[in-house]
Amino acid sequence: MGIQFSLMAVVALVLVAFLGVQVAGLNYVFGVIVPYIAIFTFIAGFIYRVIGWARSPVPFRIPTTAGQQHSLPWIKPNKFDNPSTKWGVFVRMALEILVFRSLFRNTKMELHEGPKITYHWEKWLWLAALVFHWSFLVILVRHLRFFTEPVPGLVHTTERVDAFLQLGLPGLYLTDLLFLAAVTYLFIRRVIIPQLRYISLPADYFPLFLFLAIGITGVLMRYFTKVDLLKIKELAIGLVTFHPTAPDGIGVLFYLHLFLVSTLLFYFPFSKLMHLGGVFLSPTRNLPNDSRMVRHVNPWNYPVKTHTYEEYEDHFREKMIEAGLPVEKE
Amino acid sequence: MAKIPKASELPLGHSIPQTPWMETPVEFRPGTWCYGGKPKNLEVVGLPNPREWSPTDEDWKLPDNWKEIVMDGLRERLERFRTLKVFMDICVRCGACADKCHFYIGSGDPKNMPVLRAELLRSVYRKDFTTAGRIFGKIAGGREMTLQVLKEWWYYFFQCTECRRCSVFCPYGIDTAEITIIGRELLNLLGLNIDWIAGPVANCYQTGNHLGIQPHAYKDMIEFFVDEIEAVNGVRVEPTFNRKGAEVLFITPSGDVFADPGTYTLMGYLMLFHEIGLDYTWSTYASEGGNFGFFTSHEMMKRLNAKMYAEAKRLGVKWILGGECGHMWRVINQYMDTMNGPADFLEVPKSPFTGTVFENARSTKMVHITEFTADLIRNGKLKLDPSRNDHHRVTFHDSCNPARGMGLLEEPRYIIKNVCNNFFEMPPNTIREQTFCCGGGAGLNTDEYMEMRMRGGLPRANAVKYVHEKHGVNMLACICAIDRAVLPPLMNYWVPGVNVTGVHELVANALIMEGETERTTDLRGEPLLGFEETEDGDDEDI
Repeated sequence: MGIQFSLMAVVALVLVAFLGVQVAGLNYVFGVIVPYIAIFTFIAGFIYRVIGWARSPVPFRIPTTAGQQHSLPWIKPNKFDNPSTKWGVFVRMALEILVFRSLFRNTKMELHEGPKITYHWEKWLWLAALVFHWSFLVILVRHLRFFTEPVPGLVHTTERVDAFLQLGLPGLYLTDLLFLAAVTYLFIRRVIIPQLRYISLPADYFPLFLFLAIGITGVLMRYFTKVDLLKIKELAIGLVTFHPTAPDGIGVLFYLHLFLVSTLLFYFPFSKLMHLGGVFLSPTRNLPNDSRMVRHVNPWNYPVKTHTYEEYEDHFREKMIEAGLPVEKE
Repeated sequence: MAKIPKASELPLGHSIPQTPWMETPVEFRPGTWCYGGKPKNLEVVGLPNPREWSPTDEDWKLPDNWKEIVMDGLRERLERFRTLKVFMDICVRCGACADKCHFYIGSGDPKNMPVLRAELLRSVYRKDFTTAGRIFGKIAGGREMTLQVLKEWWYYFFQCTECRRCSVFCPYGIDTAEITIIGRELLNLLGLNIDWIAGPVANCYQTGNHLGIQPHAYKDMIEFFVDEIEAVNGVRVEPTFNRKGAEVLFITPSGDVFADPGTYTLMGYLMLFHEIGLDYTWSTYASEGGNFGFFTSHEMMKRLNAKMYAEAKRLGVKWILGGECGHMWRVINQYMDTMNGPADFLEVPKSPFTGTVFENARSTKMVHITEFTADLIRNGKLKLDPSRNDHHRVTFHDSCNPARGMGLLEEPRYIIKNVCNNFFEMPPNTIREQTFCCGGGAGLNTDEYMEMRMRGGLPRANAVKYVHEKHGVNMLACICAIDRAVLPPLMNYWVPGVNVTGVHELVANALIMEGETERTTDLRGEPLLGFEETEDGDDEDI
């Protein structure tokens, strides 16, 4: 159900943009108004969500420790998988965010007759996730050439490196291929692994279809049908300088691409894609395991009713005296 | 108690039900759930809605406004715990956690995949607390809070041992233990608990320990071990109780006072402390290291834990030494100081024998016994004869909480390697931070739950079987009292021929004590290598 629904949703989005631009001629709506709404929703929504998380306190220091603790001086601690210092946490977080350290641990369990359980090498998910995210980042950086004038050197360098294969004209960007391949892999994996399919929601398929559609429209524009790049840049610069225009004759494919990207931005703060922000705030990863060294303070720590020693002794005094146990009150 | 099929006949597998999970109702099969909390136990600590009930009853006798109570409770906890809020929002359902859960591996029930266990709560959260869920409902993965959902929560939140193995593999560190802890907290608002947790909580609160051992009996029981030790090696140890002015207060789980094989670990403590001449005291008031409040609610954890510092303060000790226990140490390492500290009336722990200052415990003032003993061995303060453990071929089971809520990995290993000659590690995917639960943690170590325990313990047992077959391992060492209760039946079921021991039982076997007679048996009365009695003298050469 989730797959069909999500696919239809993305097809509908494409149709809406196509009809809106091609038939109704709403270039300004799709080229200016929708992107503005989307980017505003993205920024405001993202901030709202992160503030929402940050407003809830972290009452306890509960890092998941994934290595030896810092204890006796002659026992070598695992400084990054079980950090006891802020520096250790910084490295742990950097490893999580940049190279997906925890996902790298992934294995695959197999149950055999016996019963016998074995654990196998399984880095494909890690690899696909890494390729997907890094390709996405590179593609984003490359797109800055539309929004900047003059184009920063970093963007040109990124383009050059990305096109190092020097295949075809215009030169093939490696990340375009990798991005589409990774999204496809993530989709296929979700469909063919029964457990994964069982847990998947429309909200898991929809972003994948959306990424795929964004990627395909982008690739079509660059390598197959020509769109007017100068006019696109005019529109893009117009957006970022707040002098928006929607020049004629860009080609409908561009509007499809832009509308899908706008949808992504709009959808982002309401979705699981917010893991982009959440990963920084995960208390099992971003705190040092030092709660025996330094007291962690819980802002809502409230007094509780306990059974005091006095109550205990009152209850058992005679038995305690008889057993020769010391008491406070004879 | 439900009957369990023989190990070779227990059906296993990981097939997927025909119906989507939201439409698959929970089935209370005997052997997979624990008895409901008895009203008297709830009343002792003032938990809500005490009544007689059974999970298989149609009517759970809930207050009329139960839904409101749950939803308000959830709202309040979202405001109090960033963990909950972030973990509700950021899961991408990548599935990396799925086959990491021992209950999923052993039961094949997809709702035991950590991701689905969390979705049980997340789906309700989405429906009522997120924009997308409020507008799009089911399409956005939301669902209505119903009695069916509540029953599902109860069943699966008491089918998680809060071991955190999934959290090690999650790219965002989503911790199912945290979700289960808070899920159970919500259930407790309606009086939905299990008696195996509610009973120990009531006992611990009132009497000082889970088993409800009264002060005079507690003293008697420990003195019984004094006699037992004397029978083994002729040394009479002299423990003291509730003694003011001792340097150290020693606290360990009461399970080790009560049941084998934990009792041998307790004898090990007595012997070690006697031999080094530690100025310490037991307490009958703080006579429980474990904390089943942790399996009830954050508040109950704090209420029970409060005794440790209160007693240390009353007795005027300098610092606290803690025995071998799993969840006890997660509570001490990650919660105690925050909840019941600061312990400014204590001193930074310093070993009186080696001069080592335990800097890593400078705020809580509480040291783990394996840290303490490892330091003694390292500094040559113990005379050890590891050959007295030669009849054991030992492997080590990392208990979940010290492994993933602390990182206590090398200390016990260092000790074992110094007191045993035959030590073999289980495969790397099953030890250290990737260790598998015994199947009975988080208060699920009860007999009516035996089938799930055997299923949940399968991955652990399977790894033991591997070293049993490869290296002839016959002794599974651990540093947790629940392990010592849960692992023996698990071994009997899956790997007959492997026994279970605490690390300090092995220490005591090897410990050469001042004035001891020659030992011919270990603490269990089993003959040491070279002292086997034979039925028939002719067999000696075999």
